[in-house]
Amino acid sequence: MNLTLKVWRQANADAKGKMETYQMSEVSPDMSFLEMMDVLNEELIEKGIDPVAFDHDCREGICGMCSMFINGEAHGPDRLITTCQLHMRKFKDGDTITIEPFRAKAFPVIKDLTVDRSSFDRIQQAGGFVSVNTSGNTQDANAIPIDKHDADKAFDAATCIGCGACVATCKNASAMLFVSAKVSQYALLPQGKVEATDRVLNMVNQMDEEGFGNCTNTGACEVECPKGISLENIARMNREYLYASLKG
Amino acid sequence: MALDSKIPKGPLTDKWTQHKSNINLVSPANKRLIDVIVVGTGLAGASASATLAELGYNVKTFCFQDSPRRAHSIAAQGGINAAKNYQGDGDSTYRLFYDTIKGGDYRSREANVHRLAEVSTNIIDQCVAQGVPFARDYGGLLDNRSFGGVLVSRTFYAKGQTGQQLLLGAYSAMNRQIGRGKIKMYNRHEMMDLVLVDGKARGIIARNLVNGKLERHSAHAVVIASGGYGNVFFLSTNAMGSNVSAAWKIHKKGAHFANPCFTQIHPTCIPVSGEHQSKLTLMSESLRNDGRIWVPKKLDDVKAIREGKLKPTEIAEEDRDYYLERRYPAFGNLVPRDVASRAAKERCDEGYGVNKTGEAVYLDFAASIERYGKEQAHVKGLDENDAALVKKLGQDVVRAKYGNLFQMYEKIVDQNPYETPMMIYPAVHYTMGGVWVDYNLMTSIPGCYAIGEANFSDHGANRLGASALMQGLADGYFVLPYTIGDYLAEDIRAGTIDTDLPEFEKAEASVKAQLDAFVNNKGTHTVDYYHKILGKIMWDKCGMSRNIKGLKEAITEIKALREDFYKNVKVPGTTSEFNPELAKAARVADFLELGELFAKDALERNESCGGHFREESQTPEGEALRDDENFTFVSAWEYKGEPSKAKLHKEQLDYEEIEVKTRSYK
Amino acid sequence: MTLIASSIGRKLTMALSGLFLVIFLTQHFAINITSVFSPSLFNEISHFMGNNPLVQFIFQPILILGVLFHFTMGFVLELQNWKSRAVKYKSYKGGANAPWVSRNMILSGAVILSFLALHFYDFWVPEMNYKYVEVLPLDSERYFEELIHKFESPVRVGIYLLSFIFLALHLYHGFASSFQTVGVNNKYSQTIKSITIAFSIVIPIGFVFIALFHHLTAF
Repeated sequence: MNLTLKVWRQANADAKGKMETYQMSEVSPDMSFLEMMDVLNEELIEKGIDPVAFDHDCREGICGMCSMFINGEAHGPDRLITTCQLHMRKFKDGDTITIEPFRAKAFPVIKDLTVDRSSFDRIQQAGGFVSVNTSGNTQDANAIPIDKHDADKAFDAATCIGCGACVATCKNASAMLFVSAKVSQYALLPQGKVEATDRVLNMVNQMDEEGFGNCTNTGACEVECPKGISLENIARMNREYLYASLKG
Repeated sequence: MALDSKIPKGPLTDKWTQHKSNINLVSPANKRLIDVIVVGTGLAGASASATLAELGYNVKTFCFQDSPRRAHSIAAQGGINAAKNYQGDGDSTYRLFYDTIKGGDYRSREANVHRLAEVSTNIIDQCVAQGVPFARDYGGLLDNRSFGGVLVSRTFYAKGQTGQQLLLGAYSAMNRQIGRGKIKMYNRHEMMDLVLVDGKARGIIARNLVNGKLERHSAHAVVIASGGYGNVFFLSTNAMGSNVSAAWKIHKKGAHFANPCFTQIHPTCIPVSGEHQSKLTLMSESLRNDGRIWVPKKLDDVKAIREGKLKPTEIAEEDRDYYLERRYPAFGNLVPRDVASRAAKERCDEGYGVNKTGEAVYLDFAASIERYGKEQAHVKGLDENDAALVKKLGQDVVRAKYGNLFQMYEKIVDQNPYETPMMIYPAVHYTMGGVWVDYNLMTSIPGCYAIGEANFSDHGANRLGASALMQGLADGYFVLPYTIGDYLAEDIRAGTIDTDLPEFEKAEASVKAQLDAFVNNKGTHTVDYYHKILGKIMWDKCGMSRNIKGLKEAITEIKALREDFYKNVKVPGTTSEFNPELAKAARVADFLELGELFAKDALERNESCGGHFREESQTPEGEALRDDENFTFVSAWEYKGEPSKAKLHKEQLDYEEIEVKTRSYK
Repeated sequence: MTLIASSIGRKLTMALSGLFLVIFLTQHFAINITSVFSPSLFNEISHFMGNNPLVQFIFQPILILGVLFHFTMGFVLELQNWKSRAVKYKSYKGGANAPWVSRNMILSGAVILSFLALHFYDFWVPEMNYKYVEVLPLDSERYFEELIHKFESPVRVGIYLLSFIFLALHLYHGFASSFQTVGVNNKYSQTIKSITIAFSIVIPIGFVFIALFHHLTAF
């Protein structure tokens, strides 16, 4: 396949970026998108051009590090995958592919396609945990049976990989899906219920401070989420938040 | 320096309890005065950071990724072992201990493994208390499944994302401490060197990957939790960033490196598809619970399949060779990983490989889908003879168990594994070898510890499935936080370590010199060019089967490659910016040294054990042949200027509880 | 107060004020439709609504505040949202993952706001003038005539028609979305979605029908 790539280039956080165009030839349809980017970088280095900086690590869709906005969609045109799982067979010979970083005020660009998502970490630090000591001196794991449906729902929420596709996709750059997934996981489990009030208040507060936008229920996040995290979680967080606010 | 493993005296089952009661403690008031550096935020690093901070130490934690949650433990799929015996199928601490020693082909340290088995049950309690959503049955209790090399169901799991859930649990414990200010987290920072002051580990030189600045960080102890070195093979199931550098840097400063040749080749990975392949993807071992591995019996069928004229589903039952079930009737498809991998290689070498490259075997779920489907039809009172219905019901069960893995397979290979068998082939996955540590997990450098996959650990020559997660968390949550106090108790008067000491200055200068040399080299080949060549040498000559000729060649070739690398590598950009190529160059430089030591170790160990198969040492049936008389020891290599000059120290392995015998899974 | 200071809190107030306006809209429609089949009933109700002190001095101010709040908050949130992505995408395929209506509530809202301005100018301003400025005598029969009079102009009817299309779009997303915001997303959500679709079609078409009916039958 022959492809035209339009890639966002930005030397560092303070630089003004712009789109650059590169031609790619002999791209195999079995390549993953990031392997195609590897080839591009090899070619750029050989030509003496600075390679495109992009985040990636596990390349199997679980670490959540890769983060490209491809042809106007987070992680590209395919569903329920990350960029590293996107394969070139999804594109046609002669296609032009636009590649941009995940954009949000709370995700400042570091270089090219690499962005800083530490705002997600700070939200978790504000309350995304159960305050239990790690001494191992807790009760037996089977002491509290948990309704399988609740346990499964908690698991589904917990599969969030923190990639930020929800934010990147949302027209408002809202982080509600990410935050609600964590809030839901704990709210659904007896171990997490104990401090549910403080958790949701603190996490939402931190989310607002980071400069994410407001949720307008467009549902785009759910569609683009590589793990298919459900909007139900956002509704649950709204409930939890309302209850927590009233409880004070 | 002689090796002292510091194994406590007394009966095996009491060693850990007694040791805990006897070691020195640091008072809470003094813990506040002590700094600990942790490098790496996988299961071991994150859990250790959280617990150390909780105990009161000032912890500084480093990871090269953008967030601690990205560490590659996240990708572990199948599960975590624990001797809970919730299934009542005869499991016990002793049995887990025994299985692990046997699975490791009698090359691990008894006392460490027993401790691991002892604390395993605590891990599950701890994780559940943290809100880790393990799979449960309809009664609300925890579910288990079975893994390779054992005869009980002791594996706890969260679909095919157990590592993710456990890591997020440890990450959340860390977050709590970061929020409290007890952990200072350094994301996108890479450890470049260890700093020794008066022979003790006193800090590190780290590089801020965003702006390229070198930073000095001091501490009273340094914990290396940087994972394994599987990426020395270039293609492995490791993450792209996984590297040996932190472990290798401490090796060069005096920590012995143990059993580098003990590498696990995982039998069920997605086969290589093309020349631009950047990594291999694992399909969890848990799939072997329900998948049957086979190749066609007839070479004609193989030919037809490769030409696309025949589909695997069209091959009759009697024309299939379920070679694991044939060769190992007792364990069948659930033999340990090393055995399953070699068996796959044997079939493919004989020409029975089922994809274009001839390096793939089938992992078939049709039988399980039918069995589960019939079961469901029966439960629901539906027609058990309605093939379409049974298939659908069965697929639903399989989807609930392994949905994410099947989806992952379909995305990569573009085939639907519910309808046609998966194609799999072995790939480098885990490294049992690593930094040598004593019973306290301290390396041969005082004050420098290694935990998790980074140490040579508890898995001997072959790790059993679902044991890596267990070991990472055991080390981090329950072992290191106790044992480190024994060392730090003597350090309470040390005060803050000054980063202006000449030792820090010298270490920083040497790191700077190396980085400057890379960007000023202006060579001709990219870093990946060298990494790929290294990977090919490793796979061809130090892979699933090794021989004296190949290993000797590997040593020479790697050495030559390393020299060429320093002469001709091309690293773009500067040292003072976000420069992923530069970071990669520094990592590959270390792989180029480790690779040689790896081959040297494999050459030295003239026996077959676990994942290490020497062609010179096999039974007439082609099974691995151990040489207990000459090789019941841990090879601990001391750095002497370059890999070829490394000095071998032997830690003899004494088995008091377990009778050493030939491993049989027949 | 912490509630309104947070993003979720503000969103909640949007949902609640929106739902309140939905109730008002239903009531408004119920009264207006009477004009089609019974001018006298229409006059009677209108007279009651126009002169009952409870309606005039309690409900009417609440309604006006509700409308003002919904619009102001809508614009405030939109501005915040716009700022939360300082550098915009060169290529953004919003349609790939979210319906047009949900992404353009500000547009449909703005059209409705313009319509409301016209609507106030048409009915509310003359009404206020009649009752409180010029203080003309009570006339319980005038409402129907005034209504008919307004729908004589085809341009005005056209504007009404266009505005109600946007109202339909606004309701189509807003109604069901309010439930999500207040935390309802469960097995009843599909029913809520169906009611939303029905509501967002029936009410605007009803209003359009009333306007057309009077426009066509006035001669």
